Amino acid sequence: MQSKATISGRPTMSLPSFQWQNYIVYIFFVLVLSFFAVTIGDKGFLTVTNLFNIARTTAMITVIAVAMTFIISAGELDLSVGSTTALAALTCALVMQAGYPWPVAFVAAIASGLVVGSLNGFFVTVIGIPSFLVTLGMMQFIRGVDMRITYTNPVSVTNQTFNSLFGSGKLFGIPSLLIWSVVIALIGHIVLKYTSFGREILATGGNRQAAEYSGVKTRRVKFYGFLLTGAAAALAGMLYTGMMQTARFNFGEGAELMAIAAVILGGTSLFGGKGTILGTFAGSLLIGTINNGLIIMGLDVSEQMMIAGAIIIVAVAFGKKQGQA
Amino acid sequence: MSAADVLQMTDIRKSFGTIPVLKRVSFSLRKGEVHALMGGNGAGKSTLMKILTGVYSKDGGTILVDGQPVEIHDTAAAERAGIAMIFQEFSLIPTLTVAQNIWLKREPRLLGAFINNAEMVRRSRAILHELGVDIDPETLAGTLPVGYMQIVEIAKALSKNARILVMDEPTSSLSEAETEALFELVAKLKASGISIVYISHRMAEILTICDRVTVMRDGEAVMTAPCANLTIAGIVDAMLGAGNAASFEWHDRGPRPEAPPILTVRNLRLPSRVNDVSFDLRPGEIVGLAGLMGSGRTEIAETIFGRRAPVSGEVIFDGTPVRSQSDAIDRGIALVPEDRRKMGLVLDHSVRDNVLLPNLSRFTRNFLVQDAEALKTVTRTIRDLRIKTDGPDKLARLLSGGNQQKIVLGKWLARDPRLLILDEPTIGVDIGAKSEIVETVRSMADKGMAVLVISSELEELMAISDRILVLHGGRIVQDMNRRDLTSEEELHHAIQGHHIGPSDDVAA
Repeated sequence: MQSKATISGRPTMSLPSFQWQNYIVYIFFVLVLSFFAVTIGDKGFLTVTNLFNIARTTAMITVIAVAMTFIISAGELDLSVGSTTALAALTCALVMQAGYPWPVAFVAAIASGLVVGSLNGFFVTVIGIPSFLVTLGMMQFIRGVDMRITYTNPVSVTNQTFNSLFGSGKLFGIPSLLIWSVVIALIGHIVLKYTSFGREILATGGNRQAAEYSGVKTRRVKFYGFLLTGAAAALAGMLYTGMMQTARFNFGEGAELMAIAAVILGGTSLFGGKGTILGTFAGSLLIGTINNGLIIMGLDVSEQMMIAGAIIIVAVAFGKKQGQA
Repeated sequence: MSAADVLQMTDIRKSFGTIPVLKRVSFSLRKGEVHALMGGNGAGKSTLMKILTGVYSKDGGTILVDGQPVEIHDTAAAERAGIAMIFQEFSLIPTLTVAQNIWLKREPRLLGAFINNAEMVRRSRAILHELGVDIDPETLAGTLPVGYMQIVEIAKALSKNARILVMDEPTSSLSEAETEALFELVAKLKASGISIVYISHRMAEILTICDRVTVMRDGEAVMTAPCANLTIAGIVDAMLGAGNAASFEWHDRGPRPEAPPILTVRNLRLPSRVNDVSFDLRPGEIVGLAGLMGSGRTEIAETIFGRRAPVSGEVIFDGTPVRSQSDAIDRGIALVPEDRRKMGLVLDHSVRDNVLLPNLSRFTRNFLVQDAEALKTVTRTIRDLRIKTDGPDKLARLLSGGNQQKIVLGKWLARDPRLLILDEPTIGVDIGAKSEIVETVRSMADKGMAVLVISSELEELMAISDRILVLHGGRIVQDMNRRDLTSEEELHHAIQGHHIGPSDDVAA
């Protein structure tokens, strides 16, 4: 009896083939977009206003997700971004309410994000607690701070320059929120791909010990990563505030999970070492598009959540390469 | 086949796609024999063993166990035929006890449903006792030293009545003492009629414990001979094929030019093991650091590289003390660490990214990494070190051990270091790549680079060093010129703590 070769050896002779798994987020994006274009194209899905709308509503998630790509690529996680968003929103609103000009409010808000980031960074890199735990605790702690600052009262922002710049304004007909997200994604892309800091982030996440032995100061690199997520969350908080012309304690609830979903959908490895900002951008838009389309289709919130959740899992499943655990 | 053959593999063929990796290979194993299987990476030895253990299926040929033909389609069939692969450490579950690991999924039962824990422990104890090792079956596997894990693996195989064991590089992560213990165990297994296929790159070791050697090259078994008739040189010749292992033979590089030392280590004391170590290293000199496993060699290397702070004493490089690792790297010290997979490489990154990692600052202008310019350096590194890769973007994980080691070496050589420290540079590296690495290091030393080599393979130290320092009891007990050494045995004695050499005027 002839035994047949059941295991085909893959080494050395496999031709460089198109790895479609690497582009799954773009494929899904096109699929979802075409699906909605066909089914609800006549209900206003395809109008410029609606497409801008998608971009506007995803801007905050995009900004957070860009920074999240860095920290995940470095092999860490930041769950505290959602509550930091509200902290920065309240900070900038209160500073403006106290009569200071908006640039002061801007700096104060970013500073609040950096404080949270450096606390996270301190506990992770100096004390050595896993980032999942540190930022889980921080998420809770900061949300408590958010509630305490104004005893859950909203703070309205009347500074029209601020509101227009960070939220409702337009430049050459393009919504400022869209500009913010494109600019941040572009900067993120360049930094991750073309600077030594980006390479060091990826090396740290790929093999921390080997990076250390190669002269990368991995703890410092991770610390900067947490400063980045803190600052990005703060910017997202100002974008929420500008859009709503109000700051609320509950801004950014669940934003950390949406951002992580966008990052992973985009093809960044949850275990570090491999990251792509363009993928993250597409992942964020994909989530926004799904939510937007389902609303136009007239689905109930409960149904929206189920479908969006299912699509995320399916997309990640398709993006998985064979043989990966 | 002779009557005593427990295993007879005949005309085994295997191709991956259109590439033949085994071309009619025959291999036999006698009862109670330790048979070494050697060959460079890609020679086909692991493919042959994967066929034997049911991981791959063969394309043709026959396998006889005890004279009976067997078809080994999967690992379960191999197990039924009494064949077991001994893994080094990764196949035990660290959070289970030794007994639980040995009987995993085959636990003795009570009333057919409940695991009979007492019986399991009792049987484990019996097997371990028979092996003559002192391991409590109720300790957690994860708390055992590496050497013991391997013994538990063997116990597990014996519990399944395995009579043919395949051991792949069994000593590569063992200390000297653990290696001794393993050899004793191997002798015991032999005596009880167990046959062992022994895969290793360490030739001295093979000549010590094996009965026969089979050498594979390019998918063929090119030599099978009793160890008694063999020398290391003979094996190397068979492995290389060309009858040319010149670069792995020592040749006197002549007296080194008199120059002030580039590295001075003075009265170095470290938290563990190292009490008082002093030595000098001159530009262009290759110095070997010999000593037993655990004698503090790696710790000394990491202290020079600035990764560890000494308790007392100092490391002076080029006139000033080394303050930190970044300081060491900036001033031209490079370390090729002992475990390349853990410390040397980001395995899931490309050859290019790995080579660039310590060189990023050099290629950064206006905040951006100049990839086009960097690629030239990477390409040159691949060419100069003869790294076998499809291109700079191939993942390091996909390269052989020898080529991976060349990446680690290459990424530091790209910086033109003035002092290169090599910690166990050729573990798991095939003889071809080994010679090339030695060749590269020699030519860099000829250009003035100082080299410190740490190795457990004395043969290697003998081949490459101009001078050998012997570390024993936390001190440098000997500092000898290579040309004054006549045999590896002398060096062996020295690292065990016996004083040798011309200054030894005490009669034995």
